[in-house]
Amino acid sequence: MNAIAPHIAETDRLRLAPGVMLRNDRRRGQWMLMGPERLLVLDEMALAVVRACVGAEIADVAAGIDRLTVEYDAPRTEVAADVLEMLTDLRNKGYVVT
Amino acid sequence: MSCALPAFAASSAAEPAPPFAVLMELTHRCPLRCPYCSNPVALESASAELDTATWKRVLDEAADVGALQVHFSGGEPCVRKDLEELVAHATEIGLYSNLITSAVLLDRARLERLQRAGLQHVQISLQDAEATGADRVGGFKGGHVKKLEVARAVVRQGMALTINAVLHRHNIDRVNDVIDLAMDLGAGRIEIANVQYYGWALANRAALMPSREQLLAMDAAVRGRLPELAGRIVVDYVVPDYYARRPKSCMGGWARRFMNVTPRGRVLPCHAAETIPGMAFETVHDRSLSDIWRDGPAFTRYRGTDWMPEPCQSCDHKEEDWGGCRCQALALAGSADAADPVCELSPAHAEVAVLRDRDAAALGTEWTYRGL
Repeated sequence: MNAIAPHIAETDRLRLAPGVMLRNDRRRGQWMLMGPERLLVLDEMALAVVRACVGAEIADVAAGIDRLTVEYDAPRTEVAADVLEMLTDLRNKGYVVT
Repeated sequence: MSCALPAFAASSAAEPAPPFAVLMELTHRCPLRCPYCSNPVALESASAELDTATWKRVLDEAADVGALQVHFSGGEPCVRKDLEELVAHATEIGLYSNLITSAVLLDRARLERLQRAGLQHVQISLQDAEATGADRVGGFKGGHVKKLEVARAVVRQGMALTINAVLHRHNIDRVNDVIDLAMDLGAGRIEIANVQYYGWALANRAALMPSREQLLAMDAAVRGRLPELAGRIVVDYVVPDYYARRPKSCMGGWARRFMNVTPRGRVLPCHAAETIPGMAFETVHDRSLSDIWRDGPAFTRYRGTDWMPEPCQSCDHKEEDWGGCRCQALALAGSADAADPVCELSPAHAEVAVLRDRDAAALGTEWTYRGL
């Protein structure tokens, strides 16, 4: 049996999974990740994490955490823990891939 | 249908929150003849199908009612020569397109055209993990190999791939092989769906129902692998109703998330709703999807909780399972107004086990293929 998939690490580079897109739905006034037969509504924090950490133009997750640490003026260790947990959850739900 | 979606808040009782998606059954034609087909037993003919212009108008109305996604389904949607045109129109008006297909009519050139039109996601059904069994269930020689070829092309082209595997007596023992195959194909998601017994499947229940032993082995295998699969493939696992103690939240609740349009334009709250007697269904020629969604009699009939009898009405789970499935209540309790008998609180629950065990023991029963 294979091992359990590891948590997302700061050295990972993430992109949206095939068929997944970031959308703003004006009617509902919500940002969402739209994917195959599903969607995930993003709150303000989740949207900031996706924008900072996911995409081909972003060096790695660490760079996104650095940016969020500055933007939110918060201790980096706390930001990193929250961000890595959220990204692991998004990966496990199939919205982002390494 | 399983659903892991947020319900959008309703602005008022008179104005229900918009649907998440519209399922468009472009046709009932299909080269496969699966004995558990979800289409109605009385199939609609090709000559009755909506034309391209009307489907485009229905797409416009889907966007107007607030749907975010469209599922192009069937039958086999690829028999429609205008599929690319419809996908392109959906993309133009901001709808996310899913294609629900058997894949046997697809090739790389058409996949490329569909992708250029904006198609994001292809869901391909597999009838088994191996060709002999799969082609026997589908009634289509060479189908399985063709499906694998198309599935790989979907992934190579960078579109999302879901494998839909329907389990029953004849393939449930190979659930691990099906999961391995989906991963080997590069699918982002697998639906492990046990047959739901409506329509064709209800007629073939004695030929399809797995035994308790088969069911328990499958369930243990799937649950045992979930930790290992997390982060590698998304698993949507539909527990078989007849062995469940609580009903599923069918369609995410009646008229809460989905609309379904049949090939000739009838607008339904679920694809099996036509089995329910005494329902009045409107068509896309009568009123707009927005009007039908808001107060169409078929949509309001079981929306929310007001319609519920006991034991649902006083149940803590009534806004989780929404009373289960209306078509199943009809099939098993004799009334679509009853609690879903899959629920152990239903007075008809014991009879479900009797039917199940009787049909599971009916080994050697031949199925009837879907056909006109």
